This record gives sequence, structure tokens and C-alpha cells, in this order.
Amino acid sequence: MNVKSWLLILALLLPSFAQAQGYAGLGGSAEGFDIPQPGYRFKFPQDHGPHPSFRIEWWYLTANLTGEDGRPYGIQWTLFRSALKPKETEGWQSPQLWMGHAAVTTPDHHYFAERLSRGGIGQAGVTAQPFEAWIDEWHMRGPDMGTLSLSANGGNFGYDLTLQAQGPLVFHGDQGYSVKSADGQASYYYSQPFFAVEGTLHLPDQDIAVTGQGWLDREWSSQPLAADQSGWDWFSLSFDDGNKLMAFRLRGDRSDFTAATLISADGETTALPDGSVTFSPLETSTVAGRTIPTRWRVTLPDRNLDVEVSALTPQAWMATRFEYWEGPVTISGSHSGRGYLEMTGY
Amino acid sequence: MTVAIIQVLLSHWRRHRLQLATLLIGIALATGLWSAVQAINAEARASYQRANEQLALGQHDELRNPAGPITIDRYLSLRRAGWQVAAVLEETTRIGGRSIRVMGVDMVAYPALPAVTGIEQSATPPDPADMLTAPGRLLASPDLARFLSNQTGLPPVLTSPDLPPDLILTDIGVAEVLLDRKGQISRLIILPDQPRTLPEIAAITPELERVEASSQLDTAQLTDSFHLNLSAFGLLSFAVGLFIVHGTVGLAFAQRRGMIRTLRALGVSMRQLVWVILLELSLLALFGGLAGLMLGYFLAGALLPDVAATLRGLYGAPVSGEIALQPKWAVAGLAMALGGTLLASGHALIRLSHMPLLSGAGVQAWRTAAFNGFTTPLLGLLIMLVGIIVQLSIGGLVAGFTLVAGMLLGAAMLLPSLLSLVISIFQRFTKGPIAQWIWSDMRAQLPGLSLALMALLLALAANIGVGTMVSSFRLTFTGWLDQRLTSELYLTAKDDQQGREISNWLAPQVDAILPIRSVELAHPSGPLFLYGVVDDQTYRQHWPLIASGADVWDRVNAGEAVLINEQLARRQDLWPGDDLMINREYTLPVAGVYSDYGNPTGQAIVSMTRLDQIAPGVEARRFGIRTRAESATELADALRDRFDLPGQAVIQQAAMKAQSMAVFEKTFVVTSALNVLTLGVAGFAILTSLLTLWTQRLPQIAPVWALGLTRARLAQFELLRSVLLAAITAIIALPLGLALAWTLLAIINVEAFGWRLPMYLFPADWARLFLLTLLAALVAAALPAMRLLRLPPAELLRVFANER
Amino acid sequence: MLLKIDNVQKSYPGGRPVLRGVSLALDKGQTLALTGESGSGKSTLLNLAATLDSFDGGEITLDGTDLSGLEDPGRAALRRQSVSLVFQQFNLIPSLTVAQNLSFHARLAGRLDEAWSTHLADRLGLSDLLDRYPENLSGGQQQRVAIGRAMAAQPKLLLADEPTGNLDETASATVLDLMLSLVAETGAALLLVTHSQDIAARLDRRAHLSGGRIT
Repeated sequence: MNVKSWLLILALLLPSFAQAQGYAGLGGSAEGFDIPQPGYRFKFPQDHGPHPSFRIEWWYLTANLTGEDGRPYGIQWTLFRSALKPKETEGWQSPQLWMGHAAVTTPDHHYFAERLSRGGIGQAGVTAQPFEAWIDEWHMRGPDMGTLSLSANGGNFGYDLTLQAQGPLVFHGDQGYSVKSADGQASYYYSQPFFAVEGTLHLPDQDIAVTGQGWLDREWSSQPLAADQSGWDWFSLSFDDGNKLMAFRLRGDRSDFTAATLISADGETTALPDGSVTFSPLETSTVAGRTIPTRWRVTLPDRNLDVEVSALTPQAWMATRFEYWEGPVTISGSHSGRGYLEMTGY
Repeated sequence: MTVAIIQVLLSHWRRHRLQLATLLIGIALATGLWSAVQAINAEARASYQRANEQLALGQHDELRNPAGPITIDRYLSLRRAGWQVAAVLEETTRIGGRSIRVMGVDMVAYPALPAVTGIEQSATPPDPADMLTAPGRLLASPDLARFLSNQTGLPPVLTSPDLPPDLILTDIGVAEVLLDRKGQISRLIILPDQPRTLPEIAAITPELERVEASSQLDTAQLTDSFHLNLSAFGLLSFAVGLFIVHGTVGLAFAQRRGMIRTLRALGVSMRQLVWVILLELSLLALFGGLAGLMLGYFLAGALLPDVAATLRGLYGAPVSGEIALQPKWAVAGLAMALGGTLLASGHALIRLSHMPLLSGAGVQAWRTAAFNGFTTPLLGLLIMLVGIIVQLSIGGLVAGFTLVAGMLLGAAMLLPSLLSLVISIFQRFTKGPIAQWIWSDMRAQLPGLSLALMALLLALAANIGVGTMVSSFRLTFTGWLDQRLTSELYLTAKDDQQGREISNWLAPQVDAILPIRSVELAHPSGPLFLYGVVDDQTYRQHWPLIASGADVWDRVNAGEAVLINEQLARRQDLWPGDDLMINREYTLPVAGVYSDYGNPTGQAIVSMTRLDQIAPGVEARRFGIRTRAESATELADALRDRFDLPGQAVIQQAAMKAQSMAVFEKTFVVTSALNVLTLGVAGFAILTSLLTLWTQRLPQIAPVWALGLTRARLAQFELLRSVLLAAITAIIALPLGLALAWTLLAIINVEAFGWRLPMYLFPADWARLFLLTLLAALVAAALPAMRLLRLPPAELLRVFANER
Repeated sequence: MLLKIDNVQKSYPGGRPVLRGVSLALDKGQTLALTGESGSGKSTLLNLAATLDSFDGGEITLDGTDLSGLEDPGRAALRRQSVSLVFQQFNLIPSLTVAQNLSFHARLAGRLDEAWSTHLADRLGLSDLLDRYPENLSGGQQQRVAIGRAMAAQPKLLLADEPTGNLDETASATVLDLMLSLVAETGAALLLVTHSQDIAARLDRRAHLSGGRIT
């Protein structure tokens, strides 16, 4: 899924280092760290937990929600792990760093918060069984990956939600081995896109009961970006017919690299190779002083898919230590539906 | 026309270059010393501010555990409840013999600390992997970084120019290793951004105490009195410098009277003249002021390292030893030069503007008119009186300085009358013609030398006063150290566990083990350090009490009462019989007050049992050990070996005292330096007065020479006269200086530091100062005397000739 | 011979000759007027005789002492003991009273005679002015004090340089009369420098200095 995370992680403490090598250092080499290999056989529940020998990893949940007031909302809950060294140790000197991002997007506002911690002392981490991912009081936990409670708080917003998986895990690329560039950079990448979500959003002036659909991305790697790749556009789209599409474009100096996974309503996946999907910005907005495409045309000619993807709230900017755009979108055209869009490197 | 007037006026300075130089030097000295002090103050304050900003000191509320360190578990409890707190582990440790504060912050959870942000955003940011994982990196100011790079066994050091001196900033993970405080947290900073809802801290970690940002130790506040002291000295130097300016300008005006009469006769209005002269003075002030600024800059640079050491030693205030040219004090210095010059010249200018067109009064008349009659001495008495009234009626530090200023200024104004009186007494009892002439001539010279002698009086009184204060303080402090540091050994264990092991091991072989346990409490009066004591003869016999009720130690040991230090007593006006509220739950009567010169903060002592009730679990790592003095060294070595303690963990009494005295001595280096400089300026004032008097000397000397005295003898008399005047001034300065010392000890010190010191007298110091004064007077008169010695007879003869 | 000046030469710094070989002699009790134009060197010659200045060539003997080669202390002793001086102005010590000024020289010379001093003060009309300071006296009064001081020391030789130069006619006459009568009374010798032929005429002898020589 999101390449974005790559960036964030390494660059966690080092903006300038990030600028030196690709976005957030994600183009750096992987000395000492493990590298994803094709043909890897996932083991659960272990693989829901952290992989300290890989440089970066995340638990990334987004959800499109509808409030009791009938209005659309989006939430994000992300825990990033970034390793300075390929190991975990006890105490303050742990080389594992954790970063949490949480956001609520309403039709007219975008609220977000950020948390930082290190491993080794228990302030943040992930356990596979029972499952818990946490940083400070933020958490995503449950008896297993299928039944989760989710909570996060910022200065003026928060949410408490429950997630119930309605379908199987899906694996992107070659059975979870997701290639990210023509040079072969790759990550392990699987998702749970079938969460039914309900609970309460805490907004500054009121609490709102919401229901909707959630999508969890799990990804880890050590060097997901090629040196010339500067950012990406990532889409997770849920169509009203029950089908879903994960599609991303990595923008490179030489050429763009795209990949996509078509997910049927029962969880069957079809991996689509580089070049299958086209992405064209239709409209831009000025967000945080930058020009960001907030309406897109996405086509998958082989499948007769030709949709317009529009940001619910163009100002869904995450002004965190590493800034990016992340927010809910609505889909119209050959298919309709809802989804999430993430854009980095603008 | 104005140009023509200016030309005429300026021609005076061309003919009197020495006078011009004297005037400029006077302005420069006054401005220089003042600016130096201001520069030092500005630099120190900037340092505090930088440190506070860099380390976010005093900006956020904090959580502390009165009983000792906070564990990581408790930190986690708060974090998992949502509280955004940042862990800090800090301790002052000795590295390579230097006392250094190590501050370990959680650089991951608190990246917003300015010092950390600064490093991240530098041109070559360190790799976070290096910063956060073993061995880690130490951040230090350039000076400390140089020092640390020569030490072995430390993590690599990175330079961070904005950090305070003698402070190592590092990640908490590195600090806990460096300080051997694994898993310990000194305090938690409550960060400004907190989530929407939070449980009460008391419900999570009831043992932690919240310390408001406003009640944390504020360096700037703490050191205010020190800076006020420095400013007072700067002002004194400034005043002494202005005496030179006043004298020189007055003489120049008197000498130009003829010229001014001529100009007025030619139709120049007095108003025009006054404006032109004001312009002239302003220009002179500007040039002298600029020179003074340069002087001040270098002087400050030379003095600052010592001031910095003082402030660190006395208050733990972070001040770097390097001075930067700040426009603020530079502009202020120029303004002072201008204002001072105009102030010092105002009198002369007013008299000039009232001069009748045809007045025949010359230089001699100007001199005698300056200090005749009763006006000046009466004014002097009045000023003294005002100082006393202000002190009595208002009180406080500023009033204390008003008293000092009134005393000094008043005495200075009385000086000419006093000198004249003394001389006439001598004159009356003198027989020989030459002696008679010398006295009468001295008296005739007095008006011209008065200002310089006033300057000398001020400098001497300041010297005696401050010297007496410092020496009294030193004597008291030494005695106090002897009382206070009675244990033969002082020991710091790694933790409570080791502390217990050590006490158990020691118990059978030493006379007594005195635990030193303390806790810092937030108190309305500022931080309050509460100590616990065990019942021991050591305290009963030696503890330096300055006020006590009945059965002091019995009551304290029974847990019924508390002892407080003098600072707290004076600040809160608490004396035996009053009650001290220690915290919400505990209020105890004060049984006694003890002197405490080690720190500016409040302290209280209760019995060990009480301490454990008030603040359960206070760490017990430090001990005083009473044993036979001969075996102390042996025992210290044995302790180090057996318990694997670092060298600094066991300190012998003598070393402890030496360290304390070293800090003490550093404290007054600047004071002494300013003292010597002030005396130097006064010496210079005498020299310039004698030089400006030079032209008036010939008519006095020539007739005597003609009557059969050699130039050599006359030169000797010149020296003698200067020395005699200085000697009389010095004798008058003695009581003034002692009065000043008393004021400093009994009023200023109490206000500034919170302690009152007994006054001791140091005649040997006075004798030394007296000789120094005579020497200064001799040196000042040497140049004129030399000139006289080498004067061609033709010069003297010219006096009698027609052309005069 | 009390004062013997033999072929004395003197140049100003810079080399301009003032005295080009002057010879002169004065015995006890004699009075001599030295006249000449302004700048003719008459004051210079008087200063040489008074040991106040040094000369380049020739010989001066004062009261039996050869002045050439005499160091400062010796010269000062001669001034104290043998000669008294009266100048045109600034004769007096400003910081001393009239009484102190009057007795000053005599006390320096170690031969203060109270009776003689009182007599002098009377003769010179200074009895009422004894406590005053010089700056409060008129020019004539000041010169009378100067003469009194000079005569109080009972000098063998009185050297006077234009003593009436700054005074008006009346005061001038008084001062001159007093000086001459006191000289006559004490038997002191007098060398008086003046540009006035009238004054010169009242002395025993006169010498005229011109072009650096006696003519």
C-alpha cells in the first residue's frame, strides 16, 4: 500500500537526511536489514506482529464512515515502525522507533495528531496474539485480527470504533510480494479491506455515531523505493458493487511505476502489472502552500473501469513531521463508491 | 560665524593636548568600566535566556517524585493513560575533575526541545541511529566539547554552540549509562499539547508531585541581586570617571574665560556660545564614549570567564565565558558617556553662562570658588541623611544601595572641608619656613585636587568596604565549613541497595554513619530542600545555629520541630517559635535557624523519621562517615575497592572543604578586579589633576626657587605633597570604608543573598591598601615632579619677566 | 670685590648671542644701575649674577665664590645666604601671608631678626597688612613686601629687576625711595636693572648694555 510510510519512517528524526536520498530516505540501501523475497509464506498470527529485522513497517487503517447525521466522514489510524538497526533491545536504547498518526476528516475539516515513541520500554509496539498495536493510549486491539477496537485522541478530536472483518485477508502482488519499481524494490504487503466499522467520532463540538467500512494495510520492507522515485499516489477504492481496487503510482524521474490489485467481493484478487492502470489529475487544489491534485481520473481499460476520484475534503493535509495528503474520496463514472487517497512527495 | 566660534574654541584643545587627552580618557574610563559591567550582565542574562529556551527550563509544569527517581513503569502508566510527558534524567557529575551537569532527555518523545530541533536542523545532522543507540552521542558547547574530547571512556562528543557551558545534553538512554542510573527518571516534563480527555494524574501516579513552571528555580531572578551588585560597582567606577571629566572640563572653561570674554566683546551671544560648547562637549563625549566602549568590550571579555565561574559556582547559573558585542549595551554606554559628560560639565557651563561680560576672575578664582563656603559640605551631609532615611523608611536592596550611594557621595562632598581642616591644624603646629610653605601651598592646591581626591576617597572606601566584606565572609565561611563539614568522609552510593550494604559493612568499624537524605519540595517561598538527620552528637555539638529555642535538638529529633536555614528564615520572617508549613499535611514549629552559605535556596531539617513520613522513600545513597581522622584515607580506599565506587563517590573532608573554598574564592574575583580598577582610575584622576595644575604651579614655585631652593628639593616637595594628601584622604577613607562594609554585611547581603555576616577587622589589609595608596600618589606625582626637575631655569625666570 | 663679572658670554638656546663679553664689578655698599634697550640682555646679566641661570664663557665671582662649575645646591645656597632678589612681578609666594612672605627668606637663610623684621614692616607701611594674602594687595604693596622680604634676610647684595616696572608713578617713587634708603641703611650693595634714565641717575654708578657689551 502506501509507500508513504516508507518515507516517514527513516526520516523520522532526520528531515535533511530524508531530502538527501529519495523521499524520507526510503531510497537508501538496506545494510544489515532483511530484504523481502518472492515466495515468502506468511505465518499468522505471527506476521501480524512486528518484524524488527526489516527497516520499516506499518499497520495502516483507513475507514469511510457515515454519521448519524447522514454526512460522510473518514478516519485514519496508523502505526509506523522504523528501525535504526535490525534488532530490538530492552530499554531506552532500543533502535526501534514508532510513530502514530491519527486523523478524522469531515466534509469541512481535517483533524490530525501525531505520537512518537521508541521501542524497548513498552510505550509503543505491536503484539500478534492477542493482537494489539499501540502508542501511548492509542490502540488497535482485539482477540484476533478479525475483531478489533480502535481508539485515538488528538487535542480536539478522537474516536472509539470497533472493527469486524467481513472477509478474508488479501495479498497484493505475487502472493504478498509487492514490487515497487522496475529495478525490483519490493515489500511484503497484505490487507484486510473488509472491515465493518461502527462507533463514535469525538469532534470538538459534538460526538457523532458512525458506521462504515474500514481497510487495514500491513506492509514491511527495508528499501521499497528506487533511488529516483520521489513520491507516490495511492488509492484504495471500494465500489458499490462490492469490488475493490488498490492502485498506486510511484513517480520516478525516469518513468512512473504502477501496480494494482483488483479484489472481488469475496476476496479473490487479481494483480495488475505496471502500466495497467492510468492516473490523470483533473483538478488541483492549493493545500498547505502546495499544488495537490484533488480530482483524478483513474482508468483500467482492460476492465472497462473509468472513474473520477474526488477528494471529500481537499484540505486533508497531514502537517506532521513528514507531511502528506491523506483523505477520503468519492468515486463516480463507470463505477461509484468510496475510498481513500494518499499522496506524497508534492 | 558659528564656524568661526568653533574654530576659536577648538584652538584651546590644540594648545592643551594633554588636557584634551585627559578629558577623553576620563570619559573613556567612565564609559568603559560601566559598559564592561553592563556587557557582562547582558551576556549573563542572554545566557540564562538561551539556556532556558534551549532546554525549555521553567516553561512547562513538571512532575517529580519527592521520594527519589521516577521509574519507567510510572512513566509508562502516564503515557498509556494519554498524558504527554517527556522523561528527563539529570545529575551533576564530575568528569575529569570538572563539575558537569548531564541532562538526558527522551529525544524521541520530546523532539520539540529547541536544543534537539536545532541539532536536527543543522547543516550536518547526526544520524539518529548514532544519537539513540549505544554508545550514543554527547552534545556540548564548543568549549566543553574540547574538554570532553580529551577524556576517555565517554561517547563521541558533538558540538552544539547554543548549549550552556558545563552541560551535556544527550538522549536519556545514553545519560542513564553515563550516570549509572539505569531505568531512572529525574522528572517528567508535562508537554504543552495534551489529548482531548485525560484522567487525573493523581489517579495514575499519586506519588508524583506537580511543580508549576512558575515555581521552578528561575536563574534570572536568583541572580538579580548579583547583577545589581555588579551594576552598583559599575556605577561607582562611572562616578569616579566623571570626577576626572568634571575637573578637566572645569579647568578648560576657566582657561577659556579670556577667550570667551573676547568673543562676547566681539558680539557673540552667550546663547550661541552655550550651544556651541554643548556641541563640542557632545562630540568629545562621543569620541571618549566610543573609546570607552572598546575598552569596556575588552575588559568584559577579560572579566567574564570569572563572572561566569562565579555564577555557576554560586547559583549554578549557566553563563558562557565569551562576550558578544550587543547593540543594547553599546548604545546604552554611549548614552551614559553623553549624559555623564553633560552632567559633569553642567556646573561649569552654568557658571560660564552667568559670567558677567567684564568679569576679571581667572583660574585661581574659579578654583577657590568651587569648594568654598558651607554649601558643598552641607549638601554632602544632606545627601548622607537622605540615604539613611531611604534605608530606614523603605528598606530592600535598592534602598540599601541608596544608602551606600548617599554615604559615599556625601562623604566625597565633605572631603575638601575635612582636608582643609586637617591641613590648617598641621599648619598651625608647624615651625620651619619650608614646612609652613608646604602646608600652605598644599591648602592652596586643594581646590584643584579636590575632585581627584574625592575619587580616591571613593575608591579607597570601596576597597576597604568590599575587602572587609569579602574577608569577613571568608572567615565566617571557613568557620562555617568547619562546623558544617564534620564528617571525615562523604560517600555517595550507586543506589539505596548499595547504600544499605555499605552502612552495614561500615557500622562496626566507624564512630557514626550520618545519612544525608534530602528531597526538593515545591514551596510557596520557592524550592525547599528538606533534609533528614539522625540523632548524633556531631549535630548537637557542631551545627552552626544562629538562633535557637529551648531543647533544639531534642525537639527536632523527636520529630516535633524543624530547623530552617537563614535564607528561609529571613525571606519568610520565620524564627524560633514560628510555624513552617512544609506541605499541605505537615506544619512544624521552627526550633532553630542555622547559617547556610552554600546555596541561595531555602532549606529545612527534620528528623529522619519525619522525613520518611513527609516524603516516603527518599533515596538514601549519601552518607557522612565519622571515623578517626588518621584512618580516613585508608577507609576511603577500602570503600572504593570493596564496593567498586568511582573516585568521586568517596570524598574526604579536606577535599570537600577545598572544593567549597575554591568556589568561594572564584566568587569574589570580579569584585576584587573592579576594586583594583577603580583605584587605578582614582590614581589616574590624581595624575591628571596634577598635570592640569601644572601651569598654575610655576608662579607658586618660581619665587621659592629664586629664594634659594633647588629644583631637586622642590620636586621632592611635589612628591611629598601628593603623598601627604593621599595619606590624609586614606585615613578619612578608613571609617567610611568600614561603614560601607557594615552596610554591605548587614543590609546588602541580607537583601541579596539572605544571610547576615559578622564583621571582622583586617588592619593588615588596611596597611597594605594604605601603602598602595601612597605608592599610587607617588606615581601620580612622579611625572610632574620629573618635569620640575628637568625644567630649564629660563622657564622659571619667565614667571618674573614682563611677558606674562 | 662682592660681585665680579669678567668677560661673560651668553647665548640663547638657538645660538643668538645675548652677552658678548661683559665685565662688571660691584663692591660692598655700592649701587649700580644697569640700563639698556629691551632685549639688550640686562635682565639676563642680572639673572646670571643671581645664580638663576648659567653662562657660556667668562667668569663670575659672587661673595668670593666662583659661579662657573657650581652645581644646583651650591647656587641655591648662595641665593639663600648672599643675595636677595626683587623682580618686576610675581615676587611673592601666593600661598603665604604677607607676614610669612616677609620672614620667609630670612628664615631660609637662618638669620631671622624679629626686631629688624618688625622695623621693616613699619618702615614699609605693611603693619596693617600682615595677615593678608598677596592676591589681595595692590602692586605697590606687593613690591613693598618683596623689598621687605629681601631686606629682612640682610643680604650683602640686592638684585632688582625693574622693581617699579609695573607700578604707577606715585607708587613707583615710594618703592624706589624705600629701597634706596634701606640699602643705604644696611650697607648692602645694589644692582638694579632699569630702562629709566631718571631712576638710574639716583644710583652711584651706571652701566649701559648695548649689543651685548657694556658701553
